[in-house]
Amino acid sequence: MSLDTSTLETEGAPSSRQRLRALVGGDLGLVPVLLALVALVIYFQVRNSVFLSAANVTNLFIQAVIYVFLGMAEVWLLLLGEIDLSLGWVAGMAGSIAAIVTNVQYAWPWWAAFLVALAVSAAIGALWGLFVVRLRLPSFIVTLAGNFIVEGVLLYILDHVFQGGGAPVQEKVLSDLTNGNLTPTWTWVFVVATVAVSGAVALSRERARRRAGLVNAPLYRLVVKLVALAVFGVLLALVFNANRGSFIPIQGMPFAVPLVFGVMVLYSFILARTKFGRYLYAIGGNPEAARRAGIPVDRYRVYAFLLGGLTAGIGGLFYVSRLGGYSSSSTDSTVVLYAVAAAVIGGTSLYGGRGKMTYPVVGGIILAVIINGLVLIQVSATMEFVVTGVVLLAAVTVDSLARRSQTLLK
Amino acid sequence: MSEPVTNESAAPSVTGSAASGDPTPLLQLRAITKSFGAVQALRHVDLDISAGQVTALIGDNGAGKSTLIKVIAGIHEPTSGEKYWLGQKVDTHTPRAAAELGIATVYQDLALCDNLDIVANMYLGYEETRRSVLDEVSMEVHTRQTLADLSVSTIQSVRQLVGSLSGGQRQAIAVARAVMRDAKLVIMDEPTAALGVTQTKNVLDLITTLASRGIAVLVISHNLNDVFAVADRIAVMHLGTLVSSGPAANYDTASAVELITTGTTARAA
Repeated sequence: MSLDTSTLETEGAPSSRQRLRALVGGDLGLVPVLLALVALVIYFQVRNSVFLSAANVTNLFIQAVIYVFLGMAEVWLLLLGEIDLSLGWVAGMAGSIAAIVTNVQYAWPWWAAFLVALAVSAAIGALWGLFVVRLRLPSFIVTLAGNFIVEGVLLYILDHVFQGGGAPVQEKVLSDLTNGNLTPTWTWVFVVATVAVSGAVALSRERARRRAGLVNAPLYRLVVKLVALAVFGVLLALVFNANRGSFIPIQGMPFAVPLVFGVMVLYSFILARTKFGRYLYAIGGNPEAARRAGIPVDRYRVYAFLLGGLTAGIGGLFYVSRLGGYSSSSTDSTVVLYAVAAAVIGGTSLYGGRGKMTYPVVGGIILAVIINGLVLIQVSATMEFVVTGVVLLAAVTVDSLARRSQTLLK
Repeated sequence: MSEPVTNESAAPSVTGSAASGDPTPLLQLRAITKSFGAVQALRHVDLDISAGQVTALIGDNGAGKSTLIKVIAGIHEPTSGEKYWLGQKVDTHTPRAAAELGIATVYQDLALCDNLDIVANMYLGYEETRRSVLDEVSMEVHTRQTLADLSVSTIQSVRQLVGSLSGGQRQAIAVARAVMRDAKLVIMDEPTAALGVTQTKNVLDLITTLASRGIAVLVISHNLNDVFAVADRIAVMHLGTLVSSGPAANYDTASAVELITTGTTARAA
C-alpha cells in the first residue's frame, strides 16, 4: 500500500486540538466524577468525623441502592435519547406488589412475588415504549402521564385493597435485601474473587489482542485500574467487617452491595459485548444509520423501555425492603429526578448514544453522599434539594459542553 | 477482498459467449421509467455499468440523478423497464435485495454513528460474534486489513470514534464498509461535496482504487474537475432523460456543461 506521508503528517499527528477533544469529549471517563466524589467525602469527613464510620458508610451504601438501580434503569433509555419519568412510581408499584403478596395474608413464596413484581414493572415500561414507538409521541410526555397514572393506581391499591393504607414487609428474603449481611469471611471471599476475576478477564482479553497482532493500551493503565479496584475492595471489606452494632455485633457486607454489583456487571456486559448493546448505542448515535444497517429500531426502543421498567422494579424491591413496608406516604415524585440525576452526574448523555452502567453507580453514590453528609453536618433538609439541583445542573452543563465541543471540533 | 466473506448473492454465472471477448456489463438498465403521480422523473433510461470502471452520472438539480440511483439501489421501484445483473433479469425492489446482489450505496449523509468507533461502524448490522459475544479481535483485524487494502492511510487508530474523523476519512469509512461486504457496484452520491483539496484527492484516489480492484463505481457529482479526473465513462441526464453517455474521452468541460444545461451539444462526438 502506498503511504501518503504528507497526509499522515497533517491528519495523523495528535494535535493539541485532539488532546483538548479527549479532555472535554468524555474520554476521561469517570476520573473527574471520582475526583469530585473524593472531594465531597473529604469535606464531609472534616466537618463531621462520624461520616466515615462503619455504621454510616454502610447506611450510605444502602441509601445509594435505590438511586443506583433507578439510574441504571434510566441509562437504558437515555442511551436512546429517551427518558422515563414514571420510574419512581413504577419502582413503588413493584415494591408494593412484592410486599403485599408476601404478606402473611397471602404468603406467596418470595421468588413468585419477585417474578410478578418485576413482570408488572417491565410490562408498564414496555407499554410506554409502545406508545412512543407506535404513535411517535415524545417519551417525556408519555411517561409524565404514565407517572400520574401509576401513582394513582398504586395509591388506590394501598388505600382500598389494603385497609389501613400500608403494606408492611413480613417476608425474610425481601427484608434481607437491604437488612441482611454476608459473614465477614464471605465478604473477603467476594472482594478477593471480584479482583481476581476482573484481572483474569482483562489479561485474557489483552492476550487475545496481542495474539492477533493488535495494539494494546499500555499495560500500566490496566495495572493501575486493578490496583485501584483491589485497594477500594480491601477498604470496603475492612469497613463492612468492622462491628457497627451497638448492643449486638453487626458485621459484614450488606447483601445489597454484591447484588447491585452483579446487576451492574451483567448490564455492562450486555451493553459492551453483545449485538443488543451495540445496537442501542447505534440507535442513540444515529437512528437513521441504524435503520439503514437493518436494525429494527422501533423494536429496540420498546426493549429499552421494558428494561428500564424491569430495572426500576428491581430497585423497588430494595426500596420497600429498606423502608420496611410501603404506604401511601412512603414516596414522593422526586425520586425519579434523583434517578435521572444519578445517571447524568455519572456522565450519561441526555442526547443519547453515550453512557455506561458504571456511571449511575458512581452517580448514585455521589447523591447518597450529598444527602447523607448534609444531614450529618446539620444543614437544613431543604438545602439538600438546592445542593442536589446544583450538582445536576453542573452535570448537564458538562454534558452539553462536551457535546458542543465535539460538533465544533469535527 | 482477500478474506473469505460469504457471498450468497445468487448472481448467475456469466454465459459462455460473454466470457469470451467483450464481457456482459455488470448492470444494464433498459427503458427505465419512473413516475411520481403525474411527474415523470425518469423517461426510458438505458444505461450500462461495467465492472472495474468508474461511471460518472452528471446533470443539473432535478435532472433525475438521485431518482436513478434510488431505482438501482432498490429504494424506488421503476414504473416500467428492466434491470439486468450480469445479463440476467433481476427485480431488486428492496434495498436488502439490491445489497444481496452486491449493490452498495454511499449516501451524502454517510449513515455513520459518530458515537461508535470505526470498527463498530464498519460492522454495524453485520457484527461477528462468538457464542453470541461480539468478536472484537476478529472485527478489528478485518477492519485494519480492509482499510490497508484500500490504501486508506490517514487513519490513526481503528478504535477512534467516527465523530473525531475528517470528512474525507468518514467518506473512506463508508466506502470501506461497502467493500468489506463484498460490494460489486458502489454508488457514491456527491462524495467530494464539502471536502477540502487534500481530502478530495484522497477520496478520488479511493475511487480509482475501487475500480482497479474490479468494482464498478457509479459517482454522482457536480464537480466536473473531479468527474474528468476519475471517470472512465460519463452519463449525462437532463429532465429525466439520459441524453448522452460514452467514454469520458469523448467529452470536454464545454460539451459536458452544454449537455447538462440544454440536453444537446453540437461539440461532442
